Amino acid sequence: MGRITLEGVQKSFGPVHIIKGADLDIPDGAFVVFVGPSGCGKTTLLRLIAGLEDVSGGRILIDGNNVVDVPPAKRGLSMVFQSYALYPHMSVRGNIAFGLKMAGLPKAEITQKVEAAAATLNLTPYLDRKPRELSGGQRQRVAIGRAIVREPKAFLFDEPLSNLDAALRVQMRLEVTRLQKQLGTTAIYVTHDQVEAMTMADKIVVLNAGRIEQYGSPIELYQRPANLFVAGFIGSPKMNLITGAEADKHKATTIGVRPEHVTVVDDGGEGWPGKVVIAEHLGSDTFLYVDAGALGTLTVRVVGEKRLSAGDAVTLRPEPNRIYRFDANGHSIFA
Amino acid sequence: MARKVTGRHVAISTVAAWLAGFVIFFPILWMVLASFKTELEAFATPPSFLFFHWTTENYVTVQERSDYLHHALNSLIIAGGSTLIAMLIAIPAAWSMAFSPTKRTKDILLWMLSTKMMPPVGVLVPIYLIYKNMGLLDTRSGLVFILCLGNLPIVIWMLFTYFKEIPKDILEAARMDGATIGRELIYVLTPMAIPGLASTMLLNLILAWNEAFWTLNLSTLNAAPLTTFIASYSSPEGLFWARLSAASTLAIAPILIIGWFSQKQLVRGLTFGAVK
Repeated sequence: MGRITLEGVQKSFGPVHIIKGADLDIPDGAFVVFVGPSGCGKTTLLRLIAGLEDVSGGRILIDGNNVVDVPPAKRGLSMVFQSYALYPHMSVRGNIAFGLKMAGLPKAEITQKVEAAAATLNLTPYLDRKPRELSGGQRQRVAIGRAIVREPKAFLFDEPLSNLDAALRVQMRLEVTRLQKQLGTTAIYVTHDQVEAMTMADKIVVLNAGRIEQYGSPIELYQRPANLFVAGFIGSPKMNLITGAEADKHKATTIGVRPEHVTVVDDGGEGWPGKVVIAEHLGSDTFLYVDAGALGTLTVRVVGEKRLSAGDAVTLRPEPNRIYRFDANGHSIFA
Repeated sequence: MARKVTGRHVAISTVAAWLAGFVIFFPILWMVLASFKTELEAFATPPSFLFFHWTTENYVTVQERSDYLHHALNSLIIAGGSTLIAMLIAIPAAWSMAFSPTKRTKDILLWMLSTKMMPPVGVLVPIYLIYKNMGLLDTRSGLVFILCLGNLPIVIWMLFTYFKEIPKDILEAARMDGATIGRELIYVLTPMAIPGLASTMLLNLILAWNEAFWTLNLSTLNAAPLTTFIASYSSPEGLFWARLSAASTLAIAPILIIGWFSQKQLVRGLTFGAVK
């Protein structure tokens, strides 16, 4: 079991408040991603759950027990670090076995569990190598092996894939997700990469400046962002935000339209006139950056190839039922 | 930008390196050569380099005149003992400063180093009197104590910088893996710190071995280490270069051998591959 509940968790370093009261309930077996810009407190929040930092206030419950005074070793969690943090003087086998050795398991059982974990992660041929003899992806797998072999209540991942190259990152993303589903263990995963967040998470926690902005499933965050911050942060390319007269028409201070919900029309009907500033042709998509006068520069995503180039005049039409509305405080107005 | 490494470059740098090594090593070589000369040849001009009458009589004289083994044993006990005690104090001190520093850690480090800025002779009289009153003059324990105190700041500084280089993540990983502070020290920190510990120990051993000011002033015979042994051959009257060289060669031989065997430990880079 691994249900993790945060109740009013706070953390300050001297006068600086890093976490300003976080409430969260992570059900057993869920894959939860903490996402936010750098410095938002996501790693600090993870370290508070791990016990590597002491909370300044509030409670952290693991399966209903308050663990704020429990040392990290006794919390039954395992962590994968951004830097991998492998023990350089131990072989892969030694690295994976270390936690079990500390737990005082009999040797035969350790060997069996280490070999099982290594097999799951395709590490069997490397068991007797030292970390320095492995590639980045292999080291990352050893770090994951070290985490899964202890059968913890939950995995904590601290930006584990950020040191890998793009192709490997996509592959490891799938592997981590698959592994977590297979083991059914609760996982908390910190990243600043919203693609990782959207693809891996059962639920996403969006953090900004030490506050939880929204907690929900990826699609919920995409379709019903709680506020301007979440609306701007989730989705790629970013949502177009428009203020002024156009927003007033929709009885809002700000309106938002996602690039994929804008169509380029040439039927001469109603729409926003503009001029293409830059056109990016990716083959599968075409991204247009359109100068729409008073509305500012709008991003448009057209599926497939669209033969337009800089300087072309276009008319843009937003899908009427896909316009997000925000009040003066930046909160969403749901009709 | 990658530079082209040609055979000529390699040859030139090899020759340069050997030359530099030879220049540094020359005084020691000269001393060893002189120890095998007769007193007359030892200060002859021009000096003969290899073609002289080789003799071991200086070594015989030295051993007859003064008890080498007695002094060597004293040196071993004093240098070894002071190093061991200094390490026992310095490891926890440096560990706590490196891994849980406070606002004042930097100041404490600097304050410790400042004690090395004072010339030892400035405290000779008070130390001498304290030693006299406590009956520590010419005792090994007295010398162990003063050398330990003298080298402690350097030992702590060195260990501190070595410990600082150990990635914190690895220690946190050990903590997450269920290691207590004690086991973290034994299984993770110490193995990673071994090269640093070894080089610190060796340096401290050499410093203590060659320390002459306190050993000459606070010992006469019973506790006198090899420094006193050498000093007894440099007299203001008469020249005994050959004998002095023989005594010096004998005095540095043990530390040279220890250094030779521990150099493999010193150059081993252990942390590579741990992070990133």
